[in-house]
Amino acid sequence: MIEVKNLFKSYDGEFVLNDVSAQFEPGKCNLIIGRSGSGKTVLLKSIAGLLEVDEGEIWYDDHKFSHLDTVTKQKIRKEMGVLFQGAALFDSLTVEENVLFPLDMFTPQSRKEKLDRANFCLERVRVTGSNGLYPAELSGGMKKRVAIARAIALNPKYLLCDEPNSGLDPETGIIIDSLIKELTEEFQMTTIVNSHDMNSVLEIGDKVIFIFQGCKCWEGSREDVLKTDNEALNKFVFATSMAKKIKEP
Amino acid sequence: MKLLAHIGTYFLLMKRTFGQPQRHSILYRQIMREIEKVGINSFGIVVIISLFVGAVITIQVNFNIENPLLPTYLVGLTVRDSLLLEFSSTMMALILAGKVGSSIASELGMMRITEQIDALEVMGINSASFLILPKMIASVIFFPILCLLSIIVGLFGGYFACALGDIIPPSDYIEGIQYAFQPYYVSYALTKIIFYALIITSVSAYFGYHVKGGAVEVGRASTKAVVQSSILILMANLILTRTIFS
Repeated sequence: MIEVKNLFKSYDGEFVLNDVSAQFEPGKCNLIIGRSGSGKTVLLKSIAGLLEVDEGEIWYDDHKFSHLDTVTKQKIRKEMGVLFQGAALFDSLTVEENVLFPLDMFTPQSRKEKLDRANFCLERVRVTGSNGLYPAELSGGMKKRVAIARAIALNPKYLLCDEPNSGLDPETGIIIDSLIKELTEEFQMTTIVNSHDMNSVLEIGDKVIFIFQGCKCWEGSREDVLKTDNEALNKFVFATSMAKKIKEP
Repeated sequence: MKLLAHIGTYFLLMKRTFGQPQRHSILYRQIMREIEKVGINSFGIVVIISLFVGAVITIQVNFNIENPLLPTYLVGLTVRDSLLLEFSSTMMALILAGKVGSSIASELGMMRITEQIDALEVMGINSASFLILPKMIASVIFFPILCLLSIIVGLFGGYFACALGDIIPPSDYIEGIQYAFQPYYVSYALTKIIFYALIITSVSAYFGYHVKGGAVEVGRASTKAVVQSSILILMANLILTRTIFS
């Protein structure tokens, strides 16, 4: 489980995260939703340890991540898979080398074992026959899938995804979402997904946290999202005229 | 204050760069890759520039010391010393700052804005050590080789100018490049190029690693890397020359 307690983060005196507390449960897809610029990415990057928070605590199970020494932090990071918005595949490496990368860095396995694991992960995300291609030769959806394969190569306990289906068509977006959901349940990972895509919310959001102007504004399940009285969340969810018609027939 | 902040951040980055490497086998592999990128790929430019500069120095020296009282072998001697003392170390470093420095800054800058550096960090990898250390080691190993290559090719350039341009008899030129040779000048040139290698790679890496924003900022970082490296090379040249020759 990942837990954040009273997180504060500001830039130039302006709060980007303002007293955010939340629990993210294992085996579930925990979605952080909100408008662009609401603080979702800052929250996710703070959880991943890429940004230092001004105040507050981040807990990975029994470890208070924000106060750990570098060595223990690195140990936890090895149990963490992160899917970045732009996939963040290493340009100079092929698909196979990208997935092999964490295995090469952290496991003492033989070359064959590592290759088997890399191929298993690639098959698991349904990318086959593309091992020798470079990221520049892949479509957006394939890049995301390879990035997921790389993220799960070390069997992580925690999976953090920043807008996994941004820039993808709705159909490919749903494929990526379903994949994240499947893997989360299969490996009982604590998954946090940042999104502003309502399809994702309704498709995979076991638990949904709505961030508004840096504050946690609402929390509930995907079913509750459609019935809430929260004004800010309603504005976000029913932003399009078609959605408004559904809400007020 | 801004300058102090830059200096502080630079040294913090260097501290991380020289931290414990993840795995020695991977570091070795990275160094080999960088030797190809930083060193072997610079062979062409070093050869072409040195060849022409050697020839041009020969022509200019001959033109300027055209005096029946001065022996013609002085042309060879001057070309040799010019190449050894300044051109093949300092001038070549300025050229490499443009080629290698901009490449390092833009590579790291692109890695930063496409979150590849963040991806390394979240895996628990010291990204500074992983990305910058191999470049520094490769350049410290390979820049002296490029410097020696530049000296040799520059001397050949002078020879060709003599042989093909009817400037002085080639035998006089060869006598000149052998006359009063100080092996110490070679070690002086090599010492300088090692310092320059460290300056070029670390300064360029610093600007690339700390890029914020998009493609425009990567371009700016690349330009800053070349400009700052060049200024520091010239300053280091003055300090090293003063220190070594005193």
